[in-house]
Amino acid sequence: MNQAILSEDIRKSFGEVKALQGVSLDVGRGEIFGLIGPDGAGKTTLFRIITTLMLPDAGRMTVLGLDAVSGYKTLRRKIGYMPGRFSLYQDLSVEENLHFYATVFGTTVRENYDLIADIYSHIEPFKKRLAGQLSGGMKQKLALSCALIHKPELLVLDEPTTGVDAVSRKEFWEMLKKLQQKGITILVSTPYMDEATLCDRVALIQGGRILDVDTPRRITEKFPHRIFQVRSDEMFRLITDLRDFKKAGSVFAFGQYVHFTGLDDEVECVELDNYLDKLNHTNVLVEEIAPGIEDVFIHLMKVS
Amino acid sequence: MKRFIGFVKKEFLHIFRDYLTMIILFGIPAVLVLLFGFVISTELKDARVAFLDLSNDGTTHRISEKICSSGFFKRGASLDSFDDIESALRSGKARAVVVFGNDFERNLIREGRATLSVITDGSEPNVATQTTTFISAIVAGFNADLAGSDSPGTLLVQPEVRMFYNPLMKSQFMFVPGLITMIMIMICALMTSITLTREKEFGTMEALLASPLKPVQIILGKVVPYFFLSLIDAILILLLSWWVFGLTVKGSLILLLAEVMLYILMSLSLGILISSKAKNMQQAIFGTLVGGMLPTVLLSGFIVPIDSMPEIYQWISAVLPPRYFVVILKNIMIKGTGFLFIWKETLILLLFTTGFIALSLRSFKTRLQ
Repeated sequence: MNQAILSEDIRKSFGEVKALQGVSLDVGRGEIFGLIGPDGAGKTTLFRIITTLMLPDAGRMTVLGLDAVSGYKTLRRKIGYMPGRFSLYQDLSVEENLHFYATVFGTTVRENYDLIADIYSHIEPFKKRLAGQLSGGMKQKLALSCALIHKPELLVLDEPTTGVDAVSRKEFWEMLKKLQQKGITILVSTPYMDEATLCDRVALIQGGRILDVDTPRRITEKFPHRIFQVRSDEMFRLITDLRDFKKAGSVFAFGQYVHFTGLDDEVECVELDNYLDKLNHTNVLVEEIAPGIEDVFIHLMKVS
Repeated sequence: MKRFIGFVKKEFLHIFRDYLTMIILFGIPAVLVLLFGFVISTELKDARVAFLDLSNDGTTHRISEKICSSGFFKRGASLDSFDDIESALRSGKARAVVVFGNDFERNLIREGRATLSVITDGSEPNVATQTTTFISAIVAGFNADLAGSDSPGTLLVQPEVRMFYNPLMKSQFMFVPGLITMIMIMICALMTSITLTREKEFGTMEALLASPLKPVQIILGKVVPYFFLSLIDAILILLLSWWVFGLTVKGSLILLLAEVMLYILMSLSLGILISSKAKNMQQAIFGTLVGGMLPTVLLSGFIVPIDSMPEIYQWISAVLPPRYFVVILKNIMIKGTGFLFIWKETLILLLFTTGFIALSLRSFKTRLQ
C-alpha cells in the first residue's frame, strides 16, 4: 500500500448544502500534501471524513490501508489530528494538556519525547502556564505537540497557521519538513496560497470539488496565459480602467498589485503602459511575472 | 483503564480550577440549607399567647400552663370577653388567642370531649401556621397524658384549628428532604450537562472523538467525579442540618445514603441525556432548568403538597423522578421507616435511571453530527 489516503468519489451534504461533490484524490506515504481553497470549500468536511469523525454519504475513503468507516477504531490510534479550532483545554496548563493527550492515546510523554522535542522545547519554559494564556504561535505549537504525542503515521492539520504571525508560520513549516523526514505523512489545509509552494503536492478545492492536483510548480506551469502585475497611484481607478481595456481577460487585485491577463497572449507591456499613460495614471509599473498558485486558482474557478 | 483514570483526573482538574464550579458545588447548598433553616425555624420563640378562659377550671389551667411552659410561647394577657380578642391581636400584644368555652372540664368528663379554639394573626401566615401547629401538638400531648391517667374512658380535648398538613412538630425539618432533592438534581444534571456541552462548544470534543477513547469512557469519566462530589454534598447538607438545626435521621443512615446514591445516578444520567441533545451550553442550562429544577421545585411536593394540586399537575408530577425521592427521604429521615415502605419508589427511580442511561448511550455518537 503506497497510498496514505485514497479518496474515491466522496460526497457529503448537510441538508441543502453540498459540502463535497465527488472528491477523488490520493496522498502518497511520506508526502506533505496541501489542500488549498477558500473558506467553505469543503476542506474541514473532507478532513473530518479522513479522521473518521464523519461518515461520507457516498464514496470510499481508505486511510493507511483501512476503510475509514469500518476501521475507525484502529485508525484513531494512527492518526494525529489538529482541528481548525484551538481544541486544547484552556484551563489546563501546557504540561497537563500534553500529559492528558498522551494518556488518552495510551502512551506517555517520555516515551515519544524525541518526536516532539523540537517543537515542545519552544514552549517548555512555560509548561506551568495555562493553555488559555499562551500566544497564538505557542498555542499552535502545543496543539501540534499534542497531536504528535502518540507517534501518528498520518498527521492531519486543519488550517494550522490561520491567525498565527508570519514568523511562527515560517517556523511551523520548518517543523513540518522535519516531521516529514521522520516518515510521517502530513495532510495540511490552508487558505494561504504562499504556503502551497511548501507542499510536495497540492490539491485545489472549491465548492466541494477538486479543481486540480499536482506539484505546486507544475500547477503554475500549466497556467495557459501570460500574466502582468500592474501598479499605479490610484489602485481603484486602475482596476476599473484595466477592465475597460479592450483586450482585458481577467483583472483582479493581488496585494499591492493588480494582476492582469489578456484575452490572448499578444498583449505586451508597452501596450498597457501607453493605455494607462493616456488615462493620466501616475507612477505606473507594468511587468510580466510568473503565475502563482492564486492566479491558477482564480483561472480554474472561472473555467469550472 | 489508564485512559479512563487520566480522563477522570482531567475532569477533577477542571472542577477544582474553576471557582464558579466550586461555589455551585459547595457554596450554594450550604447557603440554601442555612437560609431555609433559619427562615422556617427561628420565629417561634416566646410568642405571646393570650387566653380567654370562660371555664376557668383545673383542666383549662393545666392546658394553658402546658402551652406556656413549652418554650415556644409566653403567657400574655387574660381576656375577659370575645370582644377583646381582636384588639389583643391587632395591638400585637398577642400572636394568638386560645379560647376555652364554657364548662370545659365538665364537657370533657361527661361527653369525653371538649373543644378549644385557637385564633391566630393571619397577617403573618408563617407564624400563624406554626402557632396552630405547635399548639395542636401540645394539646395532642395533653390528650396522651389524659389517656395514660386513671380517668375512665378516653378523654379528648379537641383543638379546633385549621391544621396544615403534617401535624407533627418536626415540620420545621420538612425542608431538608426537599432541599436535598433540589440541590442534587441541580448539581448532577446541570453540572454534567454543562461540562459535556462545554467540550462540544470549545471544540475539544472533536479532539476527544478523534482519539481512541470510547463514548462510554467519556461519559463515565464525566460522571464519576460528579458522583463523588454530589455524595459529599448530600452528606454536607445532612451534617449542616444536624449541627445547626439538630435534625437527626430517624431511619437507617445506610439506607438513606444508598437511596441518595441512586438518586444522584438518576440525576447524572438525566444530565447526560440533556447534553447529548443540546448543541451548546445555553441549551443545556435551559434544558436542565426546565426539565429538572423547575418541576422539582414546583411539582415534587417540596413546596406545594401534591394532594392539593389540580389533577393535571398531579399527573405531570407522577412522571417526575424527584417526586418519588422526596417521598423516600421523608420516610427515612422523618418517619424512620424501612425499605419495605419505599421499595416502590426506589424501583421507579431505578427504572428512570436505566431508561435515561440507555437513551443517552444511544444518542451519544462516536462521530460528529
